[in-house]
Formats: sequence, C-alpha cells, structure tokens
Amino acid sequence: MEDLSLHILDIAENSIAADADMIEIHLIEEIKKDRLFLEIKDNGRGMDQETAKKAVNPFYTTRTTRRFGFGIPFLAESAKAADGDFSIVSKENVGTKITATFKHSHMDRKPIGNIGETLTTLVMGNPEVDILFIHKMNSYNFTFDTRKIKNKLKETPINSPEGIKLLREDLKRYKSHI
Amino acid sequence: MPKLTLKDLQKKREEVKKSVILREGGDYKAKVTVHMGTCGIAAGARKIMDSLLAEVEKFDARDVLVTTSGCAGLCSREPMATVELVGKAPVKYVDLDAEKMKKIFEEHVQGGNIVTEYALAYGSEKTSY
Repeated sequence: MEDLSLHILDIAENSIAADADMIEIHLIEEIKKDRLFLEIKDNGRGMDQETAKKAVNPFYTTRTTRRFGFGIPFLAESAKAADGDFSIVSKENVGTKITATFKHSHMDRKPIGNIGETLTTLVMGNPEVDILFIHKMNSYNFTFDTRKIKNKLKETPINSPEGIKLLREDLKRYKSHI
Repeated sequence: MPKLTLKDLQKKREEVKKSVILREGGDYKAKVTVHMGTCGIAAGARKIMDSLLAEVEKFDARDVLVTTSGCAGLCSREPMATVELVGKAPVKYVDLDAEKMKKIFEEHVQGGNIVTEYALAYGSEKTSY
C-alpha cells in the first residue's frame, strides 16, 4: 500500500465483510510525542483470540478465492517499518479493534494519503454502513459522520447523485495535509 | 434461537434488496461493482471508484447502482469491475484505469455496448476439427 488512507480502506473492507454496520476510524497525530496513532474499530462479528492471532499471518485467510490474506499483515509491516506497533483485539459477536502506531517523523512512515477518496469509496460502496472518522492533530479536529449526512438527506439515499454531492461538499472541510 | 431484532430485519432487507436490485421495472437498470479487495486496492481500485462516481454525478445517473466487492481471485488483473445490465449477463473488466472506467461507463452502462477490448475474455477459443 502506498499510503495510510489505502490501508484504512483495506482494513475497513474487512469490517464490512464481517457484517459491521458501524466503523470508527481515529487518526491522531501527536507531534510532541512524535507519534501517529491509527485505530479502526468495528461492530462486526469479531473473532476468537486464536483467529485474531492468525490474522497477522499472511498465509491465513478465511477466503476461498485465494490462499493468502495480506490486508492485516501489510498494515502490521507498515507500522513496524516506521518504528511503530500493531495490535488486534477482537471479541466474538462484539467486534474488532485494530491499532497501528508509527513514529511520526520516521523516514519510512507512510504519508496519510487521500482520506477523502477512501471515505467516499467506503460510503458509496456500502451505503448501509455508518462511518465515523476523526482526525486530530494539535488543535485541529476533523469529524466526519455518515449519520449526520444521512440525517440531512432524510429520505434520499446517500448513494444517490445528491448524496455524492453532499458527501463531497462535507469532505471539503477536511484539510488532508497539515 | 436468539430473538430477531428490528435491526436484524433491516439488515436482512438490505441484503435481499441487494440481490434482487436488477429487475425489469425496478429502480436500477445497471449495477457496477468495483472489486475492493487488498489486491484491488493496492492496484488502484479506489481511483476507479472515484472515476465511476464522477460519471454518475456528471450524468445524474439515478438508475445505476455503484457498489464494491472483495477479491475475485484474479489478483494479477486488478483493478477489476463488473458491469451488469438488467436481463443481461455480467461482464468483467480487467486491468482498468480511470480513463477506461469512464469509457466503460459511457459505452456499456449508458449505451449498452460492451467494451470488448477491456473485458476479461471475448470470443471463443480456436478449435480444430
């Protein structure tokens, strides 16, 4: 993966495959501590401890179309490459939480990338799933919440042309590179 | 058996709706699925999705449903997308980029003509008899 926004999209797709209808994404840049913190939490079907452990192994997958599952190991590698950490906590029928930290200033720390495109793709491909995205850096605080957008749209589906327009408008508030 | 909640029923409804979405006289005339597995994402599927959504917006295409799916098992040919028109067999497109997706949208989704040069397979094999 080229950047963190693609990792986020990939991990969130796992949540959707696990039947989550709420995904929370937190991106926190702690400049003073020289740390970047990423957390993706869902209310999907979760895994038992054994399976969660195996998920970090690229040669483990539940899929039948191929024999590998690279999504989680890729993110774990990206975190390790930037002097960071990776963890996965999951509980059956409750959900899964994936955390990755990075040394913010590390040469190999991947850039954040195009969060807007990731959120648009997630929402449009899965209009029934709610997504909360929070990005914090010092005093900067950006919150994106599909429930708010859906409220504004009332009966109009979020994946209609009006929905796409409103979503893009909402994402204009986001300053992706600060 | 656990009690069925309203949420469960709503979920079921969405699931069924998704599978029967393409119907004569239904709300949609076409469904475009962008493959969004790890392989697809790494190969640039998000750009395909963005290009597709821009087309939907541009043509105000209310009758086209855009959705995403996982890995189809043909990772080397990603990014891929599947186009399905009402009453027609689905067509898989491979090795896509934003421009190709635009062309597929305008010619196949809107115009009904399959863009054969981007499709996974076209025509029959040579047979000797």
